[in-house]
Amino acid sequence: MEFFRIRKDIPFMRHALVFNVISLITFLLAVFFLAHKGLHFSVEFTGGTLMEVRYPQAPNLDSLRKKLESDGFSDPQVQNFGSSTDVLIRVPLAKDGDSNKVSAHVLTSLQAVDSANPPELKRVEFVGPQVGKELASDGAMALLLVVIGIVVYLAIRFEWRFAVSAVIANLHDVIIILGCFALFQWEFSLPVLAAILAVLGYSVNESVVVFDRVRETFKKQKKMSTPEVLDHAITSTISRTIITHGCTQMMVTSMLIFGGVALHYFALALTIGICFGIYSSVLVASPLVMWLGVSREQFLPKPKVEKQEAVV
Amino acid sequence: MNRYPLWKNILVVVALVLGLLYTLPNFFGESPAVQVSSVKATVKVDPSLLGRVEDTLQAAGIAHQGLYADQNSIRVRFDSTDTQLKAKDAIEKNLNPVADDASYSVALNLLPSSPQWLTSIHALPMYLGLDLRGGVHFLLQVDMKGALTKRLDSMAADIRTLLRDKNLRHAGIARDGNTLSIRFRDTETRDRVKNVLGTSMPELTLAEQADGADFKLVATLKPEAQQKLQGDSIKQNISTLHNRINELGVAEPVIQQQGADRIVVQLPGVQDTAKAKDILGRTATLEIRMVDDENSQNPAVMEQAANGQPPAGTEYYTERGGHGLLVRKQVVLTGDRLTDAQPGFDGQTHEPAVHLTLDSAGARIFKDITRENVGKRMAILLIEKGKGEVVTAPRINTEIGGGRVQISGRMSTQEASDVALLLRAGSLAAPMDIVEERTIGPSLGADNISKGFHSTLWGFTAIAVFMIAYYLLFGVVSVVALSANLLFLVALLSLMQATLTLPGIAAIALTLGMAIDANVLINERVREELRVGNTPQAAITAGYERAWATILDSNVTTLIAGIALLIFGSGPVRGFAVVHCLGILTSLFSSVVVSRAVINLIYGRRKKLTALSIGQVWKPDSAVAK
Repeated sequence: MEFFRIRKDIPFMRHALVFNVISLITFLLAVFFLAHKGLHFSVEFTGGTLMEVRYPQAPNLDSLRKKLESDGFSDPQVQNFGSSTDVLIRVPLAKDGDSNKVSAHVLTSLQAVDSANPPELKRVEFVGPQVGKELASDGAMALLLVVIGIVVYLAIRFEWRFAVSAVIANLHDVIIILGCFALFQWEFSLPVLAAILAVLGYSVNESVVVFDRVRETFKKQKKMSTPEVLDHAITSTISRTIITHGCTQMMVTSMLIFGGVALHYFALALTIGICFGIYSSVLVASPLVMWLGVSREQFLPKPKVEKQEAVV
Repeated sequence: MNRYPLWKNILVVVALVLGLLYTLPNFFGESPAVQVSSVKATVKVDPSLLGRVEDTLQAAGIAHQGLYADQNSIRVRFDSTDTQLKAKDAIEKNLNPVADDASYSVALNLLPSSPQWLTSIHALPMYLGLDLRGGVHFLLQVDMKGALTKRLDSMAADIRTLLRDKNLRHAGIARDGNTLSIRFRDTETRDRVKNVLGTSMPELTLAEQADGADFKLVATLKPEAQQKLQGDSIKQNISTLHNRINELGVAEPVIQQQGADRIVVQLPGVQDTAKAKDILGRTATLEIRMVDDENSQNPAVMEQAANGQPPAGTEYYTERGGHGLLVRKQVVLTGDRLTDAQPGFDGQTHEPAVHLTLDSAGARIFKDITRENVGKRMAILLIEKGKGEVVTAPRINTEIGGGRVQISGRMSTQEASDVALLLRAGSLAAPMDIVEERTIGPSLGADNISKGFHSTLWGFTAIAVFMIAYYLLFGVVSVVALSANLLFLVALLSLMQATLTLPGIAAIALTLGMAIDANVLINERVREELRVGNTPQAAITAGYERAWATILDSNVTTLIAGIALLIFGSGPVRGFAVVHCLGILTSLFSSVVVSRAVINLIYGRRKKLTALSIGQVWKPDSAVAK
């Protein structure tokens, strides 16, 4: 089998502007949704109590909600989770009082609703306010560290132009993933954050593979112009790009299907990341490199300038 | 020719054998067990206990599958959870005849059922996190400010005693915030006190201040002393938590410091969170203070005090039963001086009571106080979460020596034994709050394992099918390399006993999905070399060599992201990051070295190799020629 039978280099760079405009529009849309709708943060970030209970028979969610409200919990969220007998309850942080006892109180309230249908507690998560804030700032720090680390590494291994364009291309992926989470109001939890950072590292390596080829082609093919070099590099790596991402996506799809609710958003973030990763790390990063003015001279071994000192 | 030197082949074989060996325990699963450990410092786990446990089981007619003793505990393995529960009851009854005064904790546990020889080379199954095995996780925040004020309060008491012993008169010692101020009528006394304090309490910084007609000495704790205090407080809290958790009977509790002022507590298998939280969260300490009898009998003052304006130097409390009481702020004795607390009954009234035993210093102070205050009342306060409660306020009839004190008064038997437990389990150096809690039911844990396992299995199968269909023999080799990667990863995780969580399993799956990249790169490169007309042997060499630089670069960037997660991640993210980072490292080895070794084995010795089984290599030129 051979999927990719490409005779000539595909002139990607001729359409560079189109690719970038598309990605700019997606990016702006993502920013708009982020600003307009905001992220739906999980309890880990906002603080509060999250409980997962299982009932023998499907309970009436409205009566649960009303009971909780009448028992003094402000703004409780009650929703089904996976099946009609599994219920997820979120209670925001109480401004005063002992938040440690919330889970026990909620359970007593739930048990009081229908004694013939007693809930079984499956999971409780309680996060205090300061922990949530720290998680958010730690997440931002991790992102910053990844960006700096990648820029420095690529600048050393390649050239600063490559480093900058790879990071711009991939950071815009991150924004697009976040935009999707904002648009659909999917829950943004810690595993999602982990997925985003993993994807960032992963799609940068996509750019690296292309850049590697660019460097090699610059050295080998002395007659090609810069856009031609880029076209050649992308074309000759495109089969690997598609196959690799296809394989990774197979694994992620398997997680999406078999991983259940716990891994759902994690796998979803990866899926978006992988799809946009291909696009941006190849079709956005390469034009950026071109526009930043990459040229063959930057890769040729620097001619040694012998200083001739005047001997008087 | 594509041949590896002997040492490289040996390296690959050794790595594979070790990987297999350390992965093996994961297949044996775990069997139910009962774990016996000592609760009291005076009771040691020794061989005689092993015999006792064995005899108990024999007497009860319960068959076991092995007894094991290590330094701190004895473990007995059983074939089913039914026998495990029966055995637990039998052992518990025999070892702890008095339920209130347990010397041993008898807990349910799981033991790996891998053979002994594997255990002896430290090959253990992966350590599952709470989200996979079920249990409770708490993150406790230690209130350092509370520790500081508590320390300053007790120092103020010490200074008082010191000055009284040395016959130095002061006009009052008070704590405002983080400083202690001592007032004097004249500078001479102040200077003498300053000298005395300078030598006997070196951890204080002393500054002189004039305050109206009075002269003040302001004392603050030196920064290094504060730091030491913080460290000590955390340590004391951790050991107190250990004691309390021992009373809960948990098999493998994790109690660790996290950051400067936090403690993580993980109790695998515990489902009764309410009880666990009650025991952990209660920060009861005992304080003995004097009652301000004069003002307590003045109705006008009491009314004011009840409205929140008690006279200076006192605090308003309500006794059990509802009577108001004014208690002096000065603490006579704290729970630190306590060596034991037992529930019992009052010898005369037969009311439930708690019997306290004080250490020698505490006993001396108590003797002095009772001698000097005969006829007055003293209040015994239980301080929980910053709120005090007067348990009892008895009148002192005679001097009490010997350090044995009894608290009684309007307590139920249950309350008496609860108070005794809390006091006995030790006092906390600083109050703590639960800032994070996670409870995972055991069924959810098993669910998570199977979900993680199935995701990985089917993802792996899909990749394997595709790779073999697309790259034929080279695809098979890639799949072998990927399997080796999984093997190494599981072996490393088992060997390091790193905690495996559900995000960790997701990371295994994701790492495998990403690791195939290296093999795709190599295979594509080999095809490319064939396409430009290289001989098969040359194509293999060039393919691997050229792909290596790319593989390295791309893995380094992924590793950077992994390390950032490792540094800043906490909880579930850290579990993800550990596996991710390890997986990148193992994939470098397996996808490059292992796959090359296999390829060399297959093709390396053939001199007249004409074609490689790497799938169709499509050449544009030949297509044009047709």
